[in-house]
Order: sequence, then structure tokens, then C-alpha cells
Amino acid sequence: MSSPRSPMAPPQSFLWTRRVVLTVLAVFALLPVYVMVSSSLKPLQDVSGKFQWIPTNLTIRPYFDIWKTVPLAKYFVNSLIVAGAATVLSVVIAVFAAYAVSRYKFRGKRTFTITVLSTQMFPGILFLLPLFLIFVNIGNSTGIELYGSRAGLILTYLTFSLPFSIWMLIGYFDSIPRELDEAAMVDGCGPIRALFQVVVPAAVPGIVAVAVYAFMTAWGEVLFASVMTDDQTRTLAVGLQGYATQNDVYWNQIMAASLVVSVPVVVGFLLLQRYLVAGLTAGAVK
Amino acid sequence: MTATVTPSSGHKTGDVEKTDNGGARGRRFPRIPDRIRQGGLPYLLLLPAVVLELLVHIIPMVIGIWVSFRQLTQFFIRNWGNSPSAGFDNYKVAIDFDAPIGQALLHSFLVTCAFTVLSVGLSWLLGVAAAIMLQENFRGRSILRTIFLVPYALPVYAAVITWAFMFQHDNGVINHVLHDQLGLTDKPSFWLIGNNSFIALVIVSLWKSWPFAFLMLMAALQNIPRDLYEAASIDGAGIWQQIRKITLPSLRPVNQVLVLVLFLWTFNDFNTPYVLFGKSAPEAADLISIHIYQSSFVTWNFGSGSAMSVLLLLFLLLVTAVYLLITSRGRKGTDV
Repeated sequence: MSSPRSPMAPPQSFLWTRRVVLTVLAVFALLPVYVMVSSSLKPLQDVSGKFQWIPTNLTIRPYFDIWKTVPLAKYFVNSLIVAGAATVLSVVIAVFAAYAVSRYKFRGKRTFTITVLSTQMFPGILFLLPLFLIFVNIGNSTGIELYGSRAGLILTYLTFSLPFSIWMLIGYFDSIPRELDEAAMVDGCGPIRALFQVVVPAAVPGIVAVAVYAFMTAWGEVLFASVMTDDQTRTLAVGLQGYATQNDVYWNQIMAASLVVSVPVVVGFLLLQRYLVAGLTAGAVK
Repeated sequence: MTATVTPSSGHKTGDVEKTDNGGARGRRFPRIPDRIRQGGLPYLLLLPAVVLELLVHIIPMVIGIWVSFRQLTQFFIRNWGNSPSAGFDNYKVAIDFDAPIGQALLHSFLVTCAFTVLSVGLSWLLGVAAAIMLQENFRGRSILRTIFLVPYALPVYAAVITWAFMFQHDNGVINHVLHDQLGLTDKPSFWLIGNNSFIALVIVSLWKSWPFAFLMLMAALQNIPRDLYEAASIDGAGIWQQIRKITLPSLRPVNQVLVLVLFLWTFNDFNTPYVLFGKSAPEAADLISIHIYQSSFVTWNFGSGSAMSVLLLLFLLLVTAVYLLITSRGRKGTDV
């Protein structure tokens, strides 16, 4: 992709530093992954005793047991629904909002962008209490139980995915030459058709980046999930705690389950990382 | 950032729309303000976002501020609108550093500051090192890049729970290496309780956030023109000098965004301490987010918890404002 940057070969001191630094970083990054994989293949007594680098009694039992110890499949479905819906909602809404901000001049634009930008920095805990109270209130007065429901959780997840999506997409849309959609409108497209036929296709990397980010954060979110869910709507983030019982901590199953819940996001991320880098570059690194 | 290129375009769009439904009017009133000619379209596009922003941010924030002036305990949750007023009591208690609650809050604030400085500083350092080392093309570069992004891709709780396992006293890999294999400690240490918990927290947070710094800086390095390096190299600058004189200065604008973002994320981080330690963290690692969570949802004092949230928010606003002021003065003239 990129050519060697200097005509001179780098000196030995640089090459050695590079080898050492990169090796240390790679070990640091992968150590938990190795522990996760190897421990998930050990029987319970082996993960309860001294740590072994190489598993002596290989078994795939934990991968079958995880579904029985804890209703993992149900949590998986809950997480998929919640993260998926939060992603779709925030991306669609952010596309419209970012298009308006990027292409039009209107009163209140500055207020809007500053509000969006600043809410991004607020701690989740700040919104947790009031949202909890609002849900309790709505439940009391209308009978609609948002507290403990998936819909309620989806709504709370928009607190972090929506501002990020809007902010990133404004930057991304700004980097698309406006002559493109103006030309489409000269050709007789309405602004909405110009958005969907010109701007959105040109912004695919940015939109994918935003969607990946929204999905990943929703999939990994713990705070709201632990307060706002009940037995039926529990997500993976909370459900994984179920493998630690009063008598035993099933570390091998915890590791197996961790691996299983990581696979969808890690695979998705690695497939789409090209877009993520491109999206970050255009949206944030300007 | 956003308002730079707008003036001409709003004009043109307006023209096009008008020619669609009877071109004459557009020409007869050429000086109608943009926002009228555009009609309500931008507002219509913005409507869903505004409604949701109101729903998930503005209204909760107003309620949060209101609650911080109330005595809202578990007895009033069902009917929190009628909770008794507390005036400024919740705030007074929170900043009374001689009394237990204020003291604990101050302690957790200081712990959070130390934790944030360490974690952000080290994340930035590792991110820069990795990005610079991977700037040039060599065999294995793309594999390493993928490896470095793994901590970023793993779901937080799955990764942090694995770290909790690694830090276990009897069966964890950390004690196994430090005590059994290297013999560095007399006896296996406790990592998740006591003073070591702070170190454990920093390591996990660092592991989780340096890849993001790497990702951002890597993207930024791709934008440095190659000729700069070539020119420097012709002038006889070695690679270390090039890094010091070209690479690091070119990263400044990205660093400014990056450090701010990392600061806010780390300062507000709830997931890492919660998964690592549970509902109440050891004193040495009592981060402010967990602390507020505890005083709200464990001891059920929402009024007090809200007051702490508002104080935290004011602090973050102040830091961000000062930071933006300092950094924007630094780059006056070069940036929009």
C-alpha cells in the first residue's frame, strides 16, 4: 500500500527497537485472547488449580455446558435485538440529521451541533438515574413498562450511539464534494433523492464505520444493561455473570462463553476495519 | 468544522427547488433569505434527531439537575415527583470534605484523576510507538495491525472478565508468572483487592484503550506527505531525526482530539471497574462512575447521586473548555 518512505534503509538501532516494541505490544494485546481460548478447553479442576500454559486435558465440554448453566441463547438473542435496533435507529436518524447540517444553512444549526457534541462527553451515569426515573414514571402512569423492556434499553443506548453517529457523519458528509449532489439536483433529483442516490453511496465507509461503532458499544455495554434489564431481557453483558455461582466459579465456561460472544463482533470488526479506518480518517482526523 | 462551506450551497439548492415548481418566483424575489426558500426541509430532516436528543439527553439532564435538589431515597421512587425538597443539601454534603460522604467523593475523584492521567498517557505512548513502527511497509505489517486492533474489537465485558481471571490469586496467570515462574514475589499477590487493584485497573484500561490511539494515529500518519521524509533524508536526516522533526509535529492536531476523547472516555469509564471488581470497587480503585452508581443504586440515594453527577459534569465541562481554549490558541491560523 505505502511505499518505503526513505530511500535509505533504516539503521539497525531502529530495526531492533521496532522488533522489540512490536513483539511486546503483540504479546500484550494477545495474552488475554490466549488465556481465553486455552482456558475454555480445560476441565473445571484444571482452571481452578494453578494456571497451565498448555492445557493437559483438552476438552470441548465447556462449549456445550455454557448453554445449560445460563440461558446464554436467550441473552444472545436479546443482545442481537437490542444492539441491532440501536444501530439501525441511530444510523438512519444520524444520516438525515448530518445531511441537514452538512448541506443546509438554517437557524439553530450551531445550537444543534454544539448540543450533540457536548452530550457526547457526558458520563453515562448522568443519564442512567433520570432515565430510570422516567421509565418508572411512565410505567406508573400509562402501564407501559419501559423499565426492564428491550425497547427501553434500545432507547437508552441511543444516548451514546446517536451523538457519535451524527458527529462522525457530519464530518464525513462534509468531505464529500457538494458539487456531486448539487449536480444530481440540477438533473432534477429532489434533495431526498440526492441524499439517497448520491451522498449515501459516497459515504458508505463513514456509514459502515458509524454502524460498526454503534453495534460494538451496544454489544459491550454493561451499565445500562445491568440496571435496565430483568430476567427476560438480560443481555450478554449481564448474563455472563451467571457463571459465578455461590459454590463454584466456572472459569472454563466463562472463557468459552466470552469467546462465543466475542466472535460475532470481532469477525465483523476485522471484516470492516478498512471502513472503520477510512471513516475515522475522514470524520475525525481532519 | 461544519460551518465552513455552507454559504453558497444553500442558495443554489433553493434555486433548484423553486425552478421545479414554477421558475419565475425564484427570479422575481432573488433576495429571499435562504431558510425560507429551503422551506422546512432541514428542520424536517433534523426532526427525528431532535426528538430523540430531547428524549434521551435534554429531558433526562433537566430531571437529573432537578433531582439533585431533592431528597430522593427509595421511599419516594414510585412517586419521585413528590419527593421533599433538599435545597442545596445534597451539594453541601457532597463537597463537605470533613464528613464521610464528601471525603469518600474527594478520594474517588482523586483516584479517578490519577487513573485517567496514567491510562491516557500510557495509551497515547503505546499508540504512538505502534503507529510509528508500523508506518513503513514490511513483512508482517498487516498481521500486526490486525493483532493490535483485537483489544479494541473484543466486547468489554468478555475482555475484562478474562483479565479478572488472569488476576485471580490462586489460579491466575499473572501470579503464576510473577511468583511460580519468575520468583519475583515472596507469595502470590492479591490483585483485585487492596492497593494492587489500582495497578490492575490501569493495566486493563491501558490494554483496552491504546489500540484506539493506535488506530487514530495510524490514520493520521497516512496523511503525511512522503516528500517531507524524502527531502529530510536527502538533507541527511536519519530516521530518528525524521520521527522527531516530521512525524511527531505532524501528529499534533490529531493528538489534540485524541487526548481529549481518551480523557473523557477514561474518566467516565464504568464498564472496566464494574466487570473487574463488581458493584463496589476496592478503595484504591474506587472510580467516580462506580462511586456514583453505588450511592445511587446500592444505597438508594438518588438525590445525592445526582448532585455528584452534576458536579462531575461541571468538572468535565470546565476541563474541556480550558483544554479547547489552550489547544485552539496553539493552532490559530493553521486550522479553520
